[in-house]
Order: sequence, then C-alpha cells, then structure tokens
Amino acid sequence: MLGLRLYMLQRITALLMAPLVLGHLAVMIYAIQGGLSAAEILGRTQGSILWFLFYGVFVVAVAIHGAIGLRVIAFEWGGMKGAVLNLFTWAVGIGLLTLGARAVWAVTFA
Amino acid sequence: MTPDFLTVTIERGPDRQDRFEVPAYDNQTVLDVVSWVQQNADPTLSYRFACRVGMCGSCAMMVNGVPRWTCRTHISKVLDGNAVTIGPLRNLPVIKDLAVDMDPFFDKWVAAEGVHHGALTRDDPIAPIEAESAARVEANAAIECINCSVCYAACDTVAGNPDYLGPAALQRAWTLLNDVKDEGRTAILDAVSGTGGCHNCHSMGSCTAYCPNELDPMSAIAGLKRETAKSFFRRGR
Repeated sequence: MLGLRLYMLQRITALLMAPLVLGHLAVMIYAIQGGLSAAEILGRTQGSILWFLFYGVFVVAVAIHGAIGLRVIAFEWGGMKGAVLNLFTWAVGIGLLTLGARAVWAVTFA
Repeated sequence: MTPDFLTVTIERGPDRQDRFEVPAYDNQTVLDVVSWVQQNADPTLSYRFACRVGMCGSCAMMVNGVPRWTCRTHISKVLDGNAVTIGPLRNLPVIKDLAVDMDPFFDKWVAAEGVHHGALTRDDPIAPIEAESAARVEANAAIECINCSVCYAACDTVAGNPDYLGPAALQRAWTLLNDVKDEGRTAILDAVSGTGGCHNCHSMGSCTAYCPNELDPMSAIAGLKRETAKSFFRRGR
C-alpha cells in the first residue's frame, strides 16, 4: 500500500524532522531553566519569522509523515483499503496540519 | 535417547487437525515422518515433494509454526518433547492438507519483472562478464534461490498485505537489476515501485532468518529501495 511516491515523501519528511526534533528538545531544555511561563514562551515566539518557519515546517512534515505511517498501519493491521484508506490518510494529514498550524499561528502572529 | 513413537499433529484445514503416532528412527527427516503417515496411516494425506535433497524447493511446510524444507530438517531438531506439528505453508491458499497453491508466489515473481530482458540475439558474440565486478557479486548473491517460498511464508508483511510482491520476487528483481546481461532496468524499477512493491518491506528480516539457502532477501530489498530512491531524484518517479 506504499508506492515509491509515498515512501519518498515519508523518508524526506523524516530527514526534515530529525534536526527539527533535536532543535525542539534543545530549546525545551534551555527554556525550562529557572521555571517556565506562557509569557516567556510567547516573548520568544511572537512576531518571530524564524520560529514560525521552524515550527511551520515541523508541522507540515509531521502531518505528511504521520498520515502515511498511520495509513500503513490501518491497511496492514486494520484491513482498511481503497477509497476508505485514502480518505483516512487525508483526514489524518489535514487533521494534524490543522491542529499544528493553529498552534503555530497562535504563538507567532495571532 | 530417541522416544519409540512421535506424536505428529498434521493441520488439514482451518478446523481439522489429525494426530498420528509415528515410529521414531535414529535418522528421520520431517518429510520421512509425513511420508510414513501417508504410506502407513492415512493414504488420503496430500503433500508435495520431489528431490528429497534440498534442490527442488517443493517440500516446504510449516513445522512447529516455522517454514522449513521438510526434506532437509531432521526431526530431532524440531521435536518438542516427542511431538511436532506440521502444517501447510503460510500466506498461500491451501489446495488440500499440506499442498498449497504456489500460483500467487510465481505470479508475483513475474509481476516483479523476474524475467530475462535480453537485448542480444543468437548471432551476437557472447558478452564477456567481469566476474569480480561489484554488480556481478551482488547478482551472484541470490542466484541459488530455488523458489521454495519459505521466505514468502515467513514474511509478516505478506501476511498483512496480500498485494506485496514478497521477498523472493523482489530479490530476483534485484539480481536482474545487477546483471549486465539484463536490459530491463526501467521495467524492473517501475515494477518494484508500485503499491505492492519493495517500499512496503518493514525490514523485519524473517526472509533472511529462515531462508534454507542462507540467502539475504532483506538486503536485496534494501538495495531496491536505494536504487528506486536514486531513480526518483534522477527522473522523478
């Protein structure tokens, strides 16, 4: 249920996410030094094109990567196929993208 | 100490298991046990074998849940106490008892372009082959495959995805891709890039673990993934 295009999309998004995950973890460790507050986080992210791009790319990659991964599990373990499987893949992808994009927007330019 | 009798359970359908008491001998393969049952206890038992020396690839069965050549498996290696359970190969439709329909396995072999794509005619001179070249070494690695379907039965990805071409067919595709005498590169790369292609492999490695010829289909499939990925960047598909 995984042709070359979906395989490549999943591998490329994985390559993108590897440094982003490391960056995310590093900032988390840095940010909690001396307590953590919403104001501190927003102070760093609001109006920042850099953090918007960092987490924006992250969210897009997660949505694509996760949707394809769950597609394979739904097919092999759940017996889902055909149009239902495609619908499921798109629903997961758009769902993750919506949730993530809203959050990114909220902490940067909202 | 060998027991006097073996308790042999043979799976003869989804709901039917027959149990037989088979005399134990010092030298006895799983195939000998199945043959004893057919010749002495139940002549209606169906199973398949030909060469009995591990060359033909027709006697593979599930032995205690593991796919094996029954002709090359000594019963003492697989006995659980003095009991053994023998069933038809996994992942293939059962015709009767221990004989499975190998058609899906061979159809996928062809679907993966496991056929010769020649460019020369009989009038052309024989092309010299560099025996030590890297591609030839890759191609040689899997030419001992005898199509027994043990890897196909062992593969959990085949079990979950009936469209998946499976380890044997993909390994053959990899062999031909590395064979300088074969001109089917584009056809092979396309054939292994479809929805049932090499990209479905989860690298669980059962094919390589259970291959009675100690071949390594998992690495061959990894090679196909690499080549298709390179081709994806080069020609966009």
